[in-house]
Amino acid sequence: MGSTSSTLAKIPNAEDLMQETGFTPAHLVRLYDRFKVLDKDKKGFLTPQDFVAIKELAMNPICDRIIGAFFTSGGETLDFPSFVRILAHFRPIDKNRPKEPTSPDPINSRSNKLKFAFQLYDQDKDGKISRHELLQVLRAMLEKQVTEEQLESIADRTIQEADLDRDDAISFEEFRKSLEKVNIDHKMSIRFLR
Amino acid sequence: MPQSTLLTLLKVVFLICSTLAGEESEEESQSQHHHAETNLTDAFIVRLNWHHVENPYLVVLWIFVAGVAKIFVAQLNARLKSFFPESGLLIICGFILGGIVWGADKAQTFKLEPRNFFYFLLPQIILDTGYFMPNKLFFSNLGAILVHAVIGTCWNAGAVGVSLWGCYLGGAMGDLNIGLLQFLLFGSLLAAVDPVAVIAVFEEVHVNEVLFIWVFGESLLNDGVTVVLYNVFDAFVSLGGSKINAGEIIKGIVSFFVVSFGGSLIGVAFAIIISLLTKYTGKVQIIEAGFIFVLGYLSYLTAEMLSLSAILSVTFCGVCCQKYVNANMDEKSVTAVRYAMKVFANGSETMIFVFLGVTAIDNVIWVWNTGFICLTILFAIVYRFIGVFTLTWMLNRYRLVPIEVIDQLVMSYGGLRGAVAYGLAASLDETRIKEKNLIISTTLIVVYFTVVIQGLTMKPLVKWLKVKRVEPTELKLIAKVNNRACEHILAAMEDIAGRIGDNWWTRGWKRFEDTYITWFLMKPEARKNKDYLFSIFHKLNLEDAVNYVAEGEKRGSLAFLRNGDRTNVDFDKKFGMEFSGVMPDITSELDYGIDNVPMTSIRRDSIPSVSLDIHEQDMKDMNEDFNAHHLLQQHLYRSRKNHRHKYSRSDFKINQSEDEVQEIFQRTMRSRLESFKSAKMGVSPAKKITKHPKPSQKVRAFRAGIENPAFMPEMDTPPPPWLTEVETDTSVAPSQRAQRQLPWSPTNLQRLTPLRISNRSTDSFVMADVPAAQDSPEEPPEDGG
Repeated sequence: MGSTSSTLAKIPNAEDLMQETGFTPAHLVRLYDRFKVLDKDKKGFLTPQDFVAIKELAMNPICDRIIGAFFTSGGETLDFPSFVRILAHFRPIDKNRPKEPTSPDPINSRSNKLKFAFQLYDQDKDGKISRHELLQVLRAMLEKQVTEEQLESIADRTIQEADLDRDDAISFEEFRKSLEKVNIDHKMSIRFLR
Repeated sequence: MPQSTLLTLLKVVFLICSTLAGEESEEESQSQHHHAETNLTDAFIVRLNWHHVENPYLVVLWIFVAGVAKIFVAQLNARLKSFFPESGLLIICGFILGGIVWGADKAQTFKLEPRNFFYFLLPQIILDTGYFMPNKLFFSNLGAILVHAVIGTCWNAGAVGVSLWGCYLGGAMGDLNIGLLQFLLFGSLLAAVDPVAVIAVFEEVHVNEVLFIWVFGESLLNDGVTVVLYNVFDAFVSLGGSKINAGEIIKGIVSFFVVSFGGSLIGVAFAIIISLLTKYTGKVQIIEAGFIFVLGYLSYLTAEMLSLSAILSVTFCGVCCQKYVNANMDEKSVTAVRYAMKVFANGSETMIFVFLGVTAIDNVIWVWNTGFICLTILFAIVYRFIGVFTLTWMLNRYRLVPIEVIDQLVMSYGGLRGAVAYGLAASLDETRIKEKNLIISTTLIVVYFTVVIQGLTMKPLVKWLKVKRVEPTELKLIAKVNNRACEHILAAMEDIAGRIGDNWWTRGWKRFEDTYITWFLMKPEARKNKDYLFSIFHKLNLEDAVNYVAEGEKRGSLAFLRNGDRTNVDFDKKFGMEFSGVMPDITSELDYGIDNVPMTSIRRDSIPSVSLDIHEQDMKDMNEDFNAHHLLQQHLYRSRKNHRHKYSRSDFKINQSEDEVQEIFQRTMRSRLESFKSAKMGVSPAKKITKHPKPSQKVRAFRAGIENPAFMPEMDTPPPPWLTEVETDTSVAPSQRAQRQLPWSPTNLQRLTPLRISNRSTDSFVMADVPAAQDSPEEPPEDGG
């Protein structure tokens, strides 16, 4: 496997990636190895089939959406920088980061994490979670026994609670507001990506 | 309360037996000789043959009493809301029973003999832990576990021994006939964390899996160290202090390696034997379950015979054989083994704790030395904390995921001592170790302290420590949905990014294992079935087949499908019956064509009872106090994070959410197979039937309230790829149509039908889907294909 520095040299634009995502060299190397493992046919990029081949992922109720989040805008290939950028969302928030007003938010900031989650619900990317989209998400995550009526009632109630401007859809701002008491860092971080 | 009268009754019976035994044992020495020579003055019809059955009778009676004690304790605990650890309550039961025996005999005739403990009570517990060990977790954390087991135990032993010695020299314990070596010996037998106690307590306290496996693994693997230290110091004590030189110490270190690795290798060897045996027991399935126990026990005894670590041997025997044995053996045998293993382990554990209590009621062994006892407890706890924190601090520097302080605290506090320590103490040689009784007393006190007090406070401590983040009580629904979604997302991301232990070594080992070892140790059929997707599919097929036949029988014949009978099948959840009656279809307004058999789903579990009157259902819905929050809470799929507790003494189903997994799998498999097909064969998945709008229109009309119709995955599930490949010849129109538009018949048929209908796709059970009919120009006319 070689030492970290030699593998690091193999990764194109490693420096920029680390700067952008905040991953340490060790992490980047590990992710690169993982990328190569997932890329069984050694194509140099990943396809949705490679993700589907991960056994445990198949057990996930929303795995299709998650895979979709990697392959934005219908593309079929995922290169390493994009792979890393998505995973960077799940780094724990750096508590010690100095707040510079001019620089953009790091990928793993609270609002970017929320945006990522929001995009999973908002499949047509219109900036709002419509009732239909919400229904789809709920269907995916609720057990078989829940009836259609119950599902629709839940969806209605959900929108009703969160919707402030009465447009029968949840915008990103309303979404963020509903979650202001939730510790997103805890809920959307994987510790080993620190 | 019935159970208490039962218990008192038993105690009376027991009293009688023990008094009998007591009397007899006095006369035994004399009467044994005369036994054969007793003069018969007259013939007898019936007589009391106590002598003949004495030993087995007492053994079985004790087992029985221990079992009853467990029932009693379980009932009590249920009332006390599981406040006490069961092991603690069992010890108290033991006190009571010991008191009875004491009262009858004025001497403790029933003690926990070390021999009985080590040879008859301990092996099955360790075999059980090895057999059910979560292997992936265990091996990925093996390094940390070994560090704690070896270095931690040595540190504990040394520190406790030396400190006690120092205090002794300082005069805190008064006058004792004891030296440094004996203190070290005492330290070594007390240092080991006990697997029995750990399981008993941790099972009731749910901690995260890494923490659990560390403590658990450590408790098993430290036996190697304990055995070595104990034997080495025992030998040193016999040799006397003067003869100890570098040579002896080196011998000690070498013996550690020999004992540990030797023991483990013996375990592995027996695991190989078991796996090979089960490969060939296809014809004698009825006894193959027995081999596991026999060979497991043999591995224990063999290691014991060679003075190697017996616990390590049995552990690795179980750990290594589980996979192959479960694959090779018939399903019934697998279940039999699992259940029997749990029975034995539970029984042994109960007996151990009861006897730990009984043994205490004995005035012979009690030597109370306040200083010694209190200092021992103090040092044991303090050094445990120091040891764990130091080692974890060191390990954290090399880990990607540091272990948090809270987990370290729980780990230190969870270092419970148990019966193994007592067993070792009781097997000390009193000629060489004059203060044996003091040691036994102290060990018992330490064991009681850890099991009862620490066990008692463990749960509150865990709860208290984790109450850092107070969840706001009323989260909005979207927040709750999002919380659960985030759990799923995290689980997915962890899978994508690869778990911690996922590196070159594990992959290399897996490759090696898959090619060579499985070939050697697994039956050929078992090897084929290892394919994961296939096995799940197979299970689902079996379930459907069973349901299909059951429904057919209910209706009188399996031909019910073809007769166009528009029946709807009702089911009653409460009584667990599949069908509480067949009700006529009420929605004649929807005409689906000639042969239409509506959907039913005959899952046997938790289907709400149905009223087929739509209006009534609607009314009911409106009147019901609809609690969306409650519904959400109940029915969201659990993510993987919530079922991490993989080892349990009393429950042997590891993943209890198999139904959930199946549901999710069914649902997503359709879309997966579509894309899989398209990738393989270049067929664009344009003919995708959208799941959601279509069924809901029809189904809602007459199936209101049965179940979420969007979830009729079976309706649209295409045949598996290995069948599809044969049929997806686009030139053969019927079969393609069958794939695209599967028959809308009872779900239980779906997976069977593809196997049967290779060409006859437009069979009687094809439904005329109104939307589907219009979406494809190349659709052949509907006829008898």
